[in-house]
Amino acid sequence: MTIITRRTALVGASGLLLAGCEKITGSPTVRKVLTLGEKATLSGQRLVTDRNALAPEFSRADISPKFRMNGNRMPASTEYQAHMANAFADWKLEIGGKVARPFSLSLAQLKAAPQRTQITRHDCVEGWSAIGEWTGVPLALLLRQAQVSPSVQYIVFHCADDFSGTPYYESIDMIDALHPQTILAHTMNRQPLPVGHGAPIRLRVERALGYKQAKYVMKIEAVETLAGLHGGGGGYWEDHSGYQWFAGI
Amino acid sequence: MEAASAIITSQVDAPAQDRALVYRTRLPVRIWHWVNAITIFAMLMSGATIFNAHPRLYWGKYGATFETPWLEIGRQGQQGFLRLGSLQIDTTGFLGLTEHSTRAFPPLVTIPNYYSLAEGRQWHFFFAWVLVLSIVVFVIYAIFSRHLSHDLSLSREERKLSHLWHDIKEHARLRFPTGEAAKAYNPLQKIAYLGVIFVLIPLVVLTGMTMSPMLNAAFPWMLDIFGGRQSARSIHFLCATGFLAFIFIHLLMVLLAGPINELRSIITGWYRLPAARKDRA
Repeated sequence: MTIITRRTALVGASGLLLAGCEKITGSPTVRKVLTLGEKATLSGQRLVTDRNALAPEFSRADISPKFRMNGNRMPASTEYQAHMANAFADWKLEIGGKVARPFSLSLAQLKAAPQRTQITRHDCVEGWSAIGEWTGVPLALLLRQAQVSPSVQYIVFHCADDFSGTPYYESIDMIDALHPQTILAHTMNRQPLPVGHGAPIRLRVERALGYKQAKYVMKIEAVETLAGLHGGGGGYWEDHSGYQWFAGI
Repeated sequence: MEAASAIITSQVDAPAQDRALVYRTRLPVRIWHWVNAITIFAMLMSGATIFNAHPRLYWGKYGATFETPWLEIGRQGQQGFLRLGSLQIDTTGFLGLTEHSTRAFPPLVTIPNYYSLAEGRQWHFFFAWVLVLSIVVFVIYAIFSRHLSHDLSLSREERKLSHLWHDIKEHARLRFPTGEAAKAYNPLQKIAYLGVIFVLIPLVVLTGMTMSPMLNAAFPWMLDIFGGRQSARSIHFLCATGFLAFIFIHLLMVLLAGPINELRSIITGWYRLPAARKDRA
């Protein structure tokens, strides 16, 4: 009998405690105060990191034997399925938004452009890491060719995959967009990029966490603001799960 | 436990008014203590949420689902487990599987009290700034106010192994300093505080920073120091375990040394010197 009473008391006490915690974690004021940390992290990391400082690169001996896939592994749209069946022969990457010369590129044209190869570490926001070798076109080259307007603040990546009908997208600022290691990769570990990893191209932005590495990129858009674009958070996970837009840690 | 309460009783035996009330803990130390106490709890609990996203730890530069973890908390059917190398411990009801959760750490010990990696990270990185700023300000204060050299540093006498061994034996017998000697921290206490201030907190901050891909670009040598990002993550978790051990011993010592007197001293600064033990008087 005593055990039950004590147990009930314990459950009751922890219930009260949990309710109190929920009141704190759910409070809009608390949430607003907490965003100060994110702002401080963004400013602090930008302050101590040179805009061209390179993410560590590894040797082939360091490559993960198996590279874990995450997010969507097979876009469901009929358009993508058709491209895939056709080995992406008719696929084109669109580059537009606030640019003087919008243009599009086929996979063959992308592969013929100047390339960069890098062996880098992919860090998932969940905590795991995998090392892989990526080859692709530096994003800066494409942006230069498109002549991005000086008022542009962000580059947005629109993707072919979706979560229950909501399309995946991501965004980075101009510092990361023009970084020498920011590439549109079509080759992974010296093989054509597998569908599970984002074929035909995925973004590699090596100083950010995994959710910034947009897969199945279809369209690149230069914008002045992220407001008004989908949920306004600058990315699918930012909009739907409250992930921090700045993914430097 | 009986021996412990016997000693506490003998310590409070003498009439309280006969024993001096001394001002032992200055205001900045008290403020830092409480800011740090809240911060460490927020960090441990939001850290538990982050750990729940991938409750496996590895050594080296990389590590994901295909690699073998040295530590894993998980669930197999109706059993929660903690696996340390080849050793598997049944933790059903505590870790891996509880009545209300199938996550590694149950909601009672996480912030928020449901699984949200995004919110856990938001709490963790907010309090990371509080942790860093408060320890920097505290260490500067401790140096210039001589709190460090007067109260925390071990004297030449205290650094002798024979002295430390004596102190360890006294602690094991739950015989704490009384009278004048109780005005100062004892050697083991000093070592514990110095360990937290100069080893545990810097190590947890540095390994945390080493997990940041952006800071890896700024300070790549940090990866070399800790042996890769996954090793840094493992050391970060071990530091958290170290904090947990410190908190456990710290609170146990407070209870054994007289919780009311100890609490008064860390809130108001005033401490009543314990009476000399009868067996010595």
